[in-house]
Amino acid sequence: MDHDCWTRTARIAALSPIALALALTLGLWLLPTPLAAQAPAPAPAPQPAASAPDPVADLRAQLDALKADYERRIADLEKRLNELTTAQGQPSAPPAVAAEAATPPPAPAAEAPPAPAVAAPSTEGGASQTANYFNPSISVIGNFLAVGGQNRVENLPAADLRESEVGIQAIVDPYARADFFLSFGEHDVAVEEGFVTFTSLPESLLAKVGRMRVSFGKVNSLHLHVLPWPDEPLPVVNLLGGEEGWIGTGVSVARLFPVGDTFTEGTLQIFRGDAEGLFNGQRRADLAYNGHYRVFKDLTDATNIDLGLSYGVGPNGTTSTARTRLEGLDAIYRWKPLQTGSYRSFTFRGEVYRSLRDQPGGVETAVGWYLSGDYQLAKRWFVGGRLEASDRADNASRRDTGEAAILTFWPSEFSQLRAELRRRHYSLTDETAKEILLQLQFAIGAHGAHPF
Amino acid sequence: MKRILPIFLVLAGLASFSPAAEAKLRVVSSLQDFGSIAQSIGGDRVETFALAKGYQDPHFVDAKPSFVLQLSRADLLIVAGLELEIGYLPPLIDQSRNDKIHSGNPGYLDASVGCDILQRPTTQVTRAMGDVHPYGNPHYWTDPENGRVVARSIAARLSQLDPAGSAAYQKNLAAFEAQLTQKEAEWRGRMAAFAGTKIVTFHDSWPNFAKAFKLVIVGHVEPKPGIPPTPSHTLEIINLIQAQKVPVILVEPYFDRKTPDYIASKTGAEVVTFYPSVGGTPAIGNYFMLFDTNINAFVAAMKGKK
Repeated sequence: MDHDCWTRTARIAALSPIALALALTLGLWLLPTPLAAQAPAPAPAPQPAASAPDPVADLRAQLDALKADYERRIADLEKRLNELTTAQGQPSAPPAVAAEAATPPPAPAAEAPPAPAVAAPSTEGGASQTANYFNPSISVIGNFLAVGGQNRVENLPAADLRESEVGIQAIVDPYARADFFLSFGEHDVAVEEGFVTFTSLPESLLAKVGRMRVSFGKVNSLHLHVLPWPDEPLPVVNLLGGEEGWIGTGVSVARLFPVGDTFTEGTLQIFRGDAEGLFNGQRRADLAYNGHYRVFKDLTDATNIDLGLSYGVGPNGTTSTARTRLEGLDAIYRWKPLQTGSYRSFTFRGEVYRSLRDQPGGVETAVGWYLSGDYQLAKRWFVGGRLEASDRADNASRRDTGEAAILTFWPSEFSQLRAELRRRHYSLTDETAKEILLQLQFAIGAHGAHPF
Repeated sequence: MKRILPIFLVLAGLASFSPAAEAKLRVVSSLQDFGSIAQSIGGDRVETFALAKGYQDPHFVDAKPSFVLQLSRADLLIVAGLELEIGYLPPLIDQSRNDKIHSGNPGYLDASVGCDILQRPTTQVTRAMGDVHPYGNPHYWTDPENGRVVARSIAARLSQLDPAGSAAYQKNLAAFEAQLTQKEAEWRGRMAAFAGTKIVTFHDSWPNFAKAFKLVIVGHVEPKPGIPPTPSHTLEIINLIQAQKVPVILVEPYFDRKTPDYIASKTGAEVVTFYPSVGGTPAIGNYFMLFDTNINAFVAAMKGKK
């Protein structure tokens, strides 16, 4: 019977690798926390154990004590709040704050305050912020794009608030953090990413569960606003399903494999078998998989090299067994002197993808690549160039090519102006489009980390 | 069984090796200053690594994966706090797979706690003010008394993480404090003659230093924190320097000297490179040398100006 139960579990797991991966992740997550799981349990236990003669009176006494305690605490809080607001001379909506401060159950306050040392410096930053302590940090990045010139294949509008990306991020508990990136177009919304990251797993593991940009190659894993260009390069557009790239919903597990002082990391990901323009799994068992191996090495204090190998596979929907296999190689070389106000830096990056697509005529093998360089002229100025070419995934005889020159200016850390002169040749219509893309990006809210 | 035995032996071998490997506490700090103090307190019981180099702008550090590796092995992470590291450290900590150094655990030490922090905003801050730090000025270790507070915090935390070394840490702390007291008397003595001197600084990195050594900061070359000099603001600063007879302009080593040099050429004020951190030059090997170097430079620049 026990045996039977196991085989059933095994069968379910075999049917659904995502469920298996999730179960493993959860298992690992629970592994280091037996103490934490036990901790709250004993708390309610003592109450029924007490052999009081009159349980009602006893309860009432307890309630009264609690009530008195609460009232004292609320009075305390109000007093402190008044002190703080008068000290600040900034009476910004005190009633709301008082109400919020008083309502939460006193449990956290009753225990030793968690990490008071860390919270301490912020307490004096502003009293009104205390009510927001556990709110996630929120940021919005606006991405405005104006386009001039003619292009009948990729017909971008003259002006477009292309994306308003709302980031909502916070720590969930001592074991995990959560990140949501909601991408608003002018008329629609999509969850670009929404995942929980388990940060304290054993064995140098890091697991993400949810919807995320897939770690295939380099640019596909990055948000549009952190790319060195206003647009996605052709290999992403032609081979990874379009401008959005490959976004998957499932589980990702990454492990560090340090080799001496060289950082290397292996990532395995399992996703639902559909991704816009790329995969189209019909059944639950049609899943997409991705593996990525990254090596990073500091050559000197100022230079480093970043290499990646990727392999992805998923159902493309042309027949029930048809798959598309994706292979990728990415490389970045960075030079950035750390010292003495030089404000010069250089980044050279390139990627090659190959797509092997099962389709009625056989396997279509399409290749795409880009090469790009960015040079920093001054503290806030960058120039760059990009060469790109890519076959179409479903028709490798159609090869699109492009060249672009880019100028970027950062008025501050929180806004960015960019101009791109772009020429693309589309082989399907044998058309050459010459365009200028003007991009303005601006960020408000929480200060996110700078992308690397 | 035969197959398991060698594995067991290897594991046993590893287990017997690990105490030797773990003998030293690995301390990673965001800045070399804290690394230097931690080294003074920890002595040969710790090994230190600093993420940001002393000659680097601590606001703009790249979140390099190689730092993930350093953090994954750390027993203690010491940060400046006050959001100085907000641009690179949070994702590194998340990727470190090292629960010990997450905020709230003993392996995470915010060095700003207990220090004299200046410029805590008392009104609403917005980014119209430039890259302001909403929790106060994060360059607090430029006051040697704050260095003393940091040293005490580090000694307490090391003792907590490595109780066996507690006596050694307390002994080293006492030696550090004694040296600091003696050096402070020397530094204050040399700076006493310049009490009340008006200075202009490039970035607002020096309020703690100015307070400790009784200097008066009257302006900054940056119009707002993090915003590069503009022509109109440069003109204002030139007028300010002339009107208030400001003798020196302090510039951190990682800023472009073009504008300060121009201002100097118009006003006769002297541009002095002031190092905010240990490691600013190879000669600044520890926390005491940081003040030695800056005070030497200041005194030399002031020669014949008073």
